[in-house]
Amino acid sequence: MSSPASTDTAAVEPGALARFFAGDVWYSFRRSPVAIVSFVLVLLCVIAAVFAPWLAPHDPFDLATLDLSDARLPPSWLAEGNPQYLLGTDDQGRDILSALMYGARISLFVALAAVLLSVVVGVALGLLSGFVGGRIDGFIMRVCDVMLSFPAILVALLIDGAGRAVFPNAHETLAFAVLILAIALTGWVKYARTVRGSTMVERQKEYVQAARVIGVGSGRIMRRHVLPNVLGPVLVLATIDVAQAVIIEATLSFLGVGVPPTSPSLGTLIRIGNDFLFSGEWWITVWPGIMLMVIALSVNLLGDWLRDALNPRLQ
Amino acid sequence: MKPLLEVKKLRVEFPTRHGTLLALDDISFTIAPGEILGVVGESGAGKSLTGAAIIGLLEPPGRIAAGQVLLDGRRIDELDADAMRKIRGKQIGAVFQDPLTSLNPLYTVGRQLVETIQTHLPLNAAQARERAIELLRQTGIPAPEARIDQYPHQFSGGMRQRVVIALALAAEPRLIVADEPTTALDVSIQAQIIALLRHLAREKGAAVMLVTHDMGVIAETCDRVAVMYAGRIAELGPVHEVIHAPAHPYSRGLMGSIPAMDEDRERLLQIDGAMPRLNAIPRGCAFNPRCPQVFERCRVERPELMPAGRTQAACWLHAGAGEVPR
Amino acid sequence: MLAFILRRLAQAVIVMLTVAFVAFMLFQFVGDPVTNMLGQDATQEQRDALRRDLGLDKPFLVQFGAFVANAARGEFGMSLRQSQKVSTLILERLPATLELSVIAAILALAVGIPGGVYAALRRERRSAKLLMGLSLLGVSLPTFLIGIFLILFFAVLLNWLPSFGRGETVALGGWTTGLLTVDGWKHLILPAITLSVYQLALIMRLVRAEMLEVLRTDFIKFARARGLGNRAIYYGHALKNTLVPVMTITGLQLGGLIAFAIITETVFQWPGMGFLFIQAVQFADIPVMAAYLCLISLIFVVINLVVDLLYFAVDPRLRAERSGH
Repeated sequence: MSSPASTDTAAVEPGALARFFAGDVWYSFRRSPVAIVSFVLVLLCVIAAVFAPWLAPHDPFDLATLDLSDARLPPSWLAEGNPQYLLGTDDQGRDILSALMYGARISLFVALAAVLLSVVVGVALGLLSGFVGGRIDGFIMRVCDVMLSFPAILVALLIDGAGRAVFPNAHETLAFAVLILAIALTGWVKYARTVRGSTMVERQKEYVQAARVIGVGSGRIMRRHVLPNVLGPVLVLATIDVAQAVIIEATLSFLGVGVPPTSPSLGTLIRIGNDFLFSGEWWITVWPGIMLMVIALSVNLLGDWLRDALNPRLQ
Repeated sequence: MKPLLEVKKLRVEFPTRHGTLLALDDISFTIAPGEILGVVGESGAGKSLTGAAIIGLLEPPGRIAAGQVLLDGRRIDELDADAMRKIRGKQIGAVFQDPLTSLNPLYTVGRQLVETIQTHLPLNAAQARERAIELLRQTGIPAPEARIDQYPHQFSGGMRQRVVIALALAAEPRLIVADEPTTALDVSIQAQIIALLRHLAREKGAAVMLVTHDMGVIAETCDRVAVMYAGRIAELGPVHEVIHAPAHPYSRGLMGSIPAMDEDRERLLQIDGAMPRLNAIPRGCAFNPRCPQVFERCRVERPELMPAGRTQAACWLHAGAGEVPR
Repeated sequence: MLAFILRRLAQAVIVMLTVAFVAFMLFQFVGDPVTNMLGQDATQEQRDALRRDLGLDKPFLVQFGAFVANAARGEFGMSLRQSQKVSTLILERLPATLELSVIAAILALAVGIPGGVYAALRRERRSAKLLMGLSLLGVSLPTFLIGIFLILFFAVLLNWLPSFGRGETVALGGWTTGLLTVDGWKHLILPAITLSVYQLALIMRLVRAEMLEVLRTDFIKFARARGLGNRAIYYGHALKNTLVPVMTITGLQLGGLIAFAIITETVFQWPGMGFLFIQAVQFADIPVMAAYLCLISLIFVVINLVVDLLYFAVDPRLRAERSGH
């Protein structure tokens, strides 16, 4: 299975879509209940997150609408519940369901931004490393090796901690930037490695050498010939990476060093709710927990399925 | 002489999502004890599959759809896994193509030998080791007492294949299936390995099915040869006859494409076209689109193996022809 | 063999120096190094004296050298948050973290490896598929969530197990252990399980994948062709060939347990280094962060080295390459 090294982009577009639906990937998708279910779940979560401001029954950040007398209500189907607050409220009277949707929004935003950055950095460095070779390649690979030996959470914590010390009174945007950078820097290595491998393989091929002789620029060669071939594996890695990024962000926020407290993500919500576990108000922590679990699990399942579907050896 | 191995109308299928592919279509042949039968053909003709089907190691989803495999008169194609396992190694030995990947790199050669020996023969550890050393000696490995405790990567390619042959012969099987045993080796080593196989077969009276795409090996070693094409046998007969007087146009093309030292030619003979894929086998004779002597019947009716001079050929050219060959 | 060890040692030293460099940068440029060393309450004279002592006017390399020398002795100055020496704080917490990590590691291996083998050999069965499903859950769930759910279930709802702290510990020389008391064990169970889940799931998936890969190789096919029985093939040939590559990856992962302990310790308020580190990050307590970084790196590097040597011992191909044949 290889992507066509497209020579005529205009003609490829309609054909590509038709080919996709007739192809192995779509066939495999249709036959896999796991893939379909997880895709639907992911879609639902994404919709809930993206359209939170319109879909959520309440706005948990509008202080004016909060009513302390509504605080700590259990989910609506339990004894003291209020049907207005489907999943219950927290200690400030915020509706958990709405908080969930906004929280998911933040979580997904951070995760996607981080993975995007990760992919861009990783692919760029991988291309550079594979194409240029030599000492630059050696150096980049050394860095990869060192980074790989440290668990992601540690790297993220360090960068975040350093960021905090450098900008002690950072405002929201900066805090987000540092967080996204921290998470992105934990994940770029695998893209760099994969792309480097493919680049080196392609570089040896005759058509690349021929192109160089004619004088085609390296950039063009990399873009048109190497990139299409690595898109598949990169896509699989990125999908699983999103789940990992969501988890890292949630963990950082839970530990109190993630998103700023004014924009609570699912991790923040869980942390807040943790304090109420022992007083019996389990819903404040459990619902965000389940939401987080659903997102991470579905994305992981999707990534798993994608990897099997794109793996030629398993056909 | 009663044949040791009889394959009757063997049919092997591969169900896929595009439909069922017929990989082997009505294969029939026999091998007598002490005889070496060569099975030759292009890649994809079904030679290795035949061997795998006989040993009972077809990769799923491949399966035997019809036909029989008889060893010494008993059917072995329908045995359950456990019974088949007992036959493998003890009655049928196998040698595969790549000696490097055939051996477990983490175990010494001796350990792998002793394990095989003790699986099939009631010997204790010391006796098994003795026998292992003896096997290594017989396959021509120098200083076997020392080398028995070495690891596979410490042997050269040719030596490794000798170890593989020793392993295959460990329990004195009566039939040996050798699938491209020399393809991965240097040309100079090939001759030695082939000679070894032939010598051991003759000495122990074992029957050998030698699968290869190398006609030279066939010519040197085999008594009879089966030429396979697109999952069917095109020609079957004594080696000398098939090589010098091939009856099937495909075999003729094969033999003609081998350059001979005493001939003066400008171009090698080439058969136009390519062997059909399994999902596109033509109606009638599988070779008909490429055959220089094709006629109407070839395109309609599939020919069975029929007597053709001193061999048998699946070709309508010989319908109603000559003597009954061996 | 010797050349290999020397080379790996040299690499290890380079990694440590790199890490020390990063830690040094943290010290120098993130926050004020003098404050880092003396704490917030130092007087101006003390600061000036320290500036001279520290040679903050000296060239960069000299300062770096001094830092490395100090670091090698375990001297990282004073914590910014708690007025204690960093080294004291860390050494106090070390036993807690190590005990937790080791128990979690043993748990992960003891359940992960057999689980993976089972899932590979009986892959058609429902139980195997269920196992793989659970393992996917294990890798998808954040550690802290697992901890919270366990606390919710076993501590809050069932009230069987305690939910924070280490319980009764016994002091053995400089080491405090919770392994000698029932109470200590009760406190250890939930955190250990929480910490082990991710690694366990990872190991199980890895073992299964590797085993399936091995079962497809030529030498397994040849072993079958020789009539070897299932037991010899699966638990003899296949298992050994599976465990060799798995072992290296697993070894490195288990090193990561110590870092993962950060999360578990926070959830369970386990008084270990991880908990200390989090507090340091929250308060930008640079000396503690730097010290933790160096210590963790040292542990990783040592584990890496041990794993490499282990690989050497187990795979005969590597051995012969050195000695020649």
